[in-house]
Amino acid sequence: MQQLLLRLPGHRIYPKCMNSNTMLTTFKMGGVHPPENKLSAKAAIQRLPLPKQLIVPLGQNLGVAPKLLVKKGDEVKTGQLLARGEAFISANIHAPASGKIAKIDDALDASGYRRQAIFIDVTGDEWIEDVDTGSSIIADLSVSKEDIIARIKAGGLVGLGGATFPTHVKMMVPNGKKAEYLVINGVECEPFLTSDHRLMLERGEELLIGISLMMKAIDAPRAIIGIENNKPDAIEHLRQLSSKFSGISVQALKVKYPQGGEKQLIKAAVNREVPSGKLPIEVGCVVSNVGTAFAVYEAVQKNKPLIERVVTVTGDGLAAPSNFLVRIGTSVSELIQAAGGLPDDTAKIINGGPMMGKALVSSDIPVVKGSSGILLLKSANSSRKIPKSCIRCSKCTTVCPMGLEPFLLAKLSKLSLFDRCENERIMDCIECGSCQFTCPSMLPLLDYLRLGKQKTGNLIRTRK
Amino acid sequence: MSKLIVSGSPHVHGDESVKSIMFTVVLAMVPAMLVSVYFFGFNALRVLLIAVASAVFFEWVIQKYIIKGPLTINDGSAIVAGILLGFNVPSGVPAWMLIAGSLVMIGVAKMSFGGLGKNPFNPALVGRVFMLISFPVEMTSWPVPKPLFASAITDAITGPTALGLMKEGVAAGKTVEQMLASGEMPQYMERFIGQMGGSLGEISALALLLGGLYMVWKKVIDWQIPVAILLTVAAIAGIMHLVDPQHYVEPVFHLFSGGLMLGAVFMATDMVSSPMNMNGKIVYGIGIGLITIIIRLWGAYPEGISFAILIMNALTPLINNAFKPKRFGLVRK
Repeated sequence: MQQLLLRLPGHRIYPKCMNSNTMLTTFKMGGVHPPENKLSAKAAIQRLPLPKQLIVPLGQNLGVAPKLLVKKGDEVKTGQLLARGEAFISANIHAPASGKIAKIDDALDASGYRRQAIFIDVTGDEWIEDVDTGSSIIADLSVSKEDIIARIKAGGLVGLGGATFPTHVKMMVPNGKKAEYLVINGVECEPFLTSDHRLMLERGEELLIGISLMMKAIDAPRAIIGIENNKPDAIEHLRQLSSKFSGISVQALKVKYPQGGEKQLIKAAVNREVPSGKLPIEVGCVVSNVGTAFAVYEAVQKNKPLIERVVTVTGDGLAAPSNFLVRIGTSVSELIQAAGGLPDDTAKIINGGPMMGKALVSSDIPVVKGSSGILLLKSANSSRKIPKSCIRCSKCTTVCPMGLEPFLLAKLSKLSLFDRCENERIMDCIECGSCQFTCPSMLPLLDYLRLGKQKTGNLIRTRK
Repeated sequence: MSKLIVSGSPHVHGDESVKSIMFTVVLAMVPAMLVSVYFFGFNALRVLLIAVASAVFFEWVIQKYIIKGPLTINDGSAIVAGILLGFNVPSGVPAWMLIAGSLVMIGVAKMSFGGLGKNPFNPALVGRVFMLISFPVEMTSWPVPKPLFASAITDAITGPTALGLMKEGVAAGKTVEQMLASGEMPQYMERFIGQMGGSLGEISALALLLGGLYMVWKKVIDWQIPVAILLTVAAIAGIMHLVDPQHYVEPVFHLFSGGLMLGAVFMATDMVSSPMNMNGKIVYGIGIGLITIIIRLWGAYPEGISFAILIMNALTPLINNAFKPKRFGLVRK
């Protein structure tokens, strides 16, 4: 197709560099355009001072929580292993600062449940040995594939886009499969959030080294960084830097939510469709977030475990929307304080973006590996509108990026007809919320879809 | 700090609401309303006002005293239904008949099923067909259009529509050519602008198309349904015209006559009673087009779009089951 276009009579033949990378692409099916509200896009990443106390929850990764190695009263150093991921899908946890273990107790986490956590009284920032805490950039690509994966595993890396799947597991390509592309997610399609944007602008070179290391780990000859064109500075910056790295290119994408969804991103960046119920490797792709790529750089080149991440703090009426480099375990209220304090009218605090984030039950909840942003909403924007009857406008079907019929699935779920839910492919739902965002009758479609997915999933498991 | 609100994602919502959709539809009907007032004068205004007022009133009474549910008239759907009913009747129809039609539309076709979103049939069409069958004389006496500022035309007389004339003429043994040349028939340009006998809203294809384009642009309707209807009608009419031009008039005549354009743009596209997936919408449109042209060419009535839409409304649930959207990542076995 590309060749055909270039050879049309009357058109000049473009030089070879004019390839598909300079054209905007996107996923084809569905999608919505929520207002972007990237208030903190110009705010450079600031390091947040160490808090007095850190609360480090044990279950920060998808899969099995790691096994606790410390006890009350232990002195720990920054970067010291606190809990070891022993199961196949699990991830290590390290001390985000040096200090004394005050207690091991249950603490509220973003889900609103109390879960086991390590409370550390911070005394300072004294690191364990072997960690390079200097600021010089290291680009040693001679590390072996096995070493890269081992260091990622030791560093306790998980997907920082929010899914928190252990990164070392993702780097192990299953037998018989071949990774052709490493697709890097710099889309940040959630409104308000800017942490990935700032990371791409400020830590571009480290990011690209991290990507090169991941390419080596999975034996992928090419990496494509997908970035929506509402971040032209990041596209330009990484395009310039990537010319020094072999096999890495930047694909500019049309702005459309949920482009950061794994399957949507693959469709947009390499035009392949991941089959229903399968992983990206099925079409030769491994997807990872830019934040994760940066963490890979730090883990492999600097031996630094994942103990801090960039978190956007933003929202209605906030004095100084910011991007902070925060130690894991820092309380959300400290972040809000640093961004100018909680506005009086705040009625909702969201961990993540407005489309998929979780509403918090309290601001005294620790930042975890999967926290990409803290969003504050004023009371006028916090409550749902009163739902009316479905008017069968089919807008939910039109915007569904998976080609589902949300109105039907919601109804079947409401009626507890879960076998029919399965036939109508409810398990394909990625819970992006586009249906509910667009519903003119204000129906809580995604609430019913989530419930239906849960119940249908149980049904499928009991059958096996 | 007061208590925090906790709810599932998404935490933002788009601008669109049922009310905004209904408002868009009303706005899309403005050109056709203006044309009807221009050609039929005060009577058109009278019909529209009575239809809208009675529709809103009946919905309010039924919701308040029979269903005893929350107020629904402010969502604007009763206003849309009222205007559509007005569009579907001749301007000379007596007020009490219109009010009876409105009661059937709101009371029987809409509220008895539970109100907006639950009605299987297009309420305005149910009201219209009820009136057509109950009051056939009044419902087929179409005042001849008399432009507001034109003084030449003398008395307001009534006459049949172009479709009716053609059907009667051909049945009486005249050829299409004779009928078109007879002078009773409105010219093409007149039909396109709306200077011809007919129900209020159906006379001007131009005004209806403008409204349709506006609704497509605003994403309130999908173009598939009207286009499928019009193409099907044009195709069958075209084939018949080629086979026997003496008895079958050319397709353009069909496209711009009668209620086809009104039906295709505003009635068949009713969200509640039409299919929800793209392929289903096309099948639905083709079905409406087929039934319409069959009734027009060989049925007892000169016009068939109302019946066609109601019949296809009945098939909508089956169409929804048969035609699913294209699923992402579905591997064909």
